[in-house]
Amino acid sequence: MLARDPVLPAVFEVDRLTLEYRTPAGVVRAVDDVSFRAAEGERLVLLGPSGCGKSSILKAVAGFLKPASGAIRVRGREVKGPGPDRIVVFQEFDQLLPWKTVRQNVEFPLRMASRLSKVEIRERSEIILKKVGLERVLDGYPHTLSGGMKQRAAIARAMVTDADVLLMDEPFAALDALTRTQLQGELLDLAEELGFTLLFVTHSIEEAILIGTKLHLLSPHPGRTITSLDTSEFGRGDLGSARLEALSREVHDLLFTKRTDSKAVQHV
Amino acid sequence: MSDLSLGRPAEKSRAAVRLRDFVFTSAIIRKILVLALLALIWELAARYMNKPILFPTFTATMAALWEAVTTENLLQSSWASLFVLLKGYVISIVLALVFVSLAVVSGFVRELLQTLISMFNPLPAIALLPVAMLWFGLGEKSLLVVLVHAVMWPFALATLTGFESVPETQRLVGRNYGLRGPSYVVRILIPAALPSILYGMKIAWAFAWRTLIAAELVFGVSSSSGGLGWFIFRNRNELFTDKVFAGLAMVIIIGLLVEGVIFRVIENVTVRRWGMQR
Repeated sequence: MLARDPVLPAVFEVDRLTLEYRTPAGVVRAVDDVSFRAAEGERLVLLGPSGCGKSSILKAVAGFLKPASGAIRVRGREVKGPGPDRIVVFQEFDQLLPWKTVRQNVEFPLRMASRLSKVEIRERSEIILKKVGLERVLDGYPHTLSGGMKQRAAIARAMVTDADVLLMDEPFAALDALTRTQLQGELLDLAEELGFTLLFVTHSIEEAILIGTKLHLLSPHPGRTITSLDTSEFGRGDLGSARLEALSREVHDLLFTKRTDSKAVQHV
Repeated sequence: MSDLSLGRPAEKSRAAVRLRDFVFTSAIIRKILVLALLALIWELAARYMNKPILFPTFTATMAALWEAVTTENLLQSSWASLFVLLKGYVISIVLALVFVSLAVVSGFVRELLQTLISMFNPLPAIALLPVAMLWFGLGEKSLLVVLVHAVMWPFALATLTGFESVPETQRLVGRNYGLRGPSYVVRILIPAALPSILYGMKIAWAFAWRTLIAAELVFGVSSSSGGLGWFIFRNRNELFTDKVFAGLAMVIIIGLLVEGVIFRVIENVTVRRWGMQR
């Protein structure tokens, strides 16, 4: 219904999405009339301060939350519930199932939702685990891994599937700064190599510009679209450059113009 | 650690250190030491009191136990009890798992289960025995009814609590892969709640033993040979206190073996290995 003619067909599309939570005090609107779309290989980042409903939008795309109104479509099909065509990487380290080894964790979604043979599943999992540098802990249990390794395993588990879109909900937020930078780089490498379509949620402006090819900025209470930006030309080479600084500041101003008193913004 | 500073001196001290480390780190040795200490206290206390008809010594009890095992078929009586116990245990664990799994799916079943647990969990199983005897007669059926009652509610409570405390992220991961219904319960909830489930099984095991022995004491013969409770009851009537103690010791020994060997092995290959329990 929007007049814009999309150049490329959308892999996923969120159309005038409104999300509401029922609380004892009444209905709270978390997200109000948000629309965006991403084509094959695009990495769309939802960026906003806490309370802007970015995680709720991701949960709705994953199928865990039912929209109050509006539609979510993945490859043209309306999202009706959770499914393995949209694999989620969470922020929490306990997303790896502790009773399975790293290898079994990565094989798990394929075993549940693909028709590949056991041998093929094993091969694919090994290849992807090598890519994320976990070949030495294939048969270790998650509790023996560091936080960064756990997130790498979770990312491998998402990428091993042929999911239409990967959904990442602040996957690096609980990591130390050094590991975070490293994993951001690794994720970008993998994205260039495999060309997956990504919906990524973060509150860090720099991470958003780095990871995303598109930014979608949201304002809080309830989450509303501020604007969309194209950041596909920014890569790791721009880290610390004036260009990136300028864009960061611009994004920051866009996000926080109304709340001039707020200094409690998280810079990373 | 301070022994490191000793450094050089003879192989002897190093071997001694190693032995000491082994004694202090090996769970089995530690347990045996504790048991030996308790036996010693028992022996001393009984000798001091010197009233063998009321309180036989540890050695007299062990002698009576040996005699009962060799001449009075105590092992067979124990097996008779254990067999009934296992039947009741397995039936109630399976029933409870099904019930709790349904409670995950349906809010109504959950409410029902919670109500039933709070109604029946405080009710001593033995209090049901007169009713069970009235309904099912003097036999294994009544015993099973009482056993199931004793095991089911505490186990269901532990399992339900375990299911409820499965981390939200792991639930979402399961749903993300399209798991639903029984496969969601089997592949996500049960393994994720295994520490609580094992805890419930241990509690339930203890409850089952207590109930069975108590029921047999009231009942008398429950099968052709009579169980362990019956053995204790019979010997009390004849004032063979050492044999009564031997029967009680048998209950304790079986309990220790199940707890210390079976459950420990299960925990070692599951929850401890997975880092879900220390």
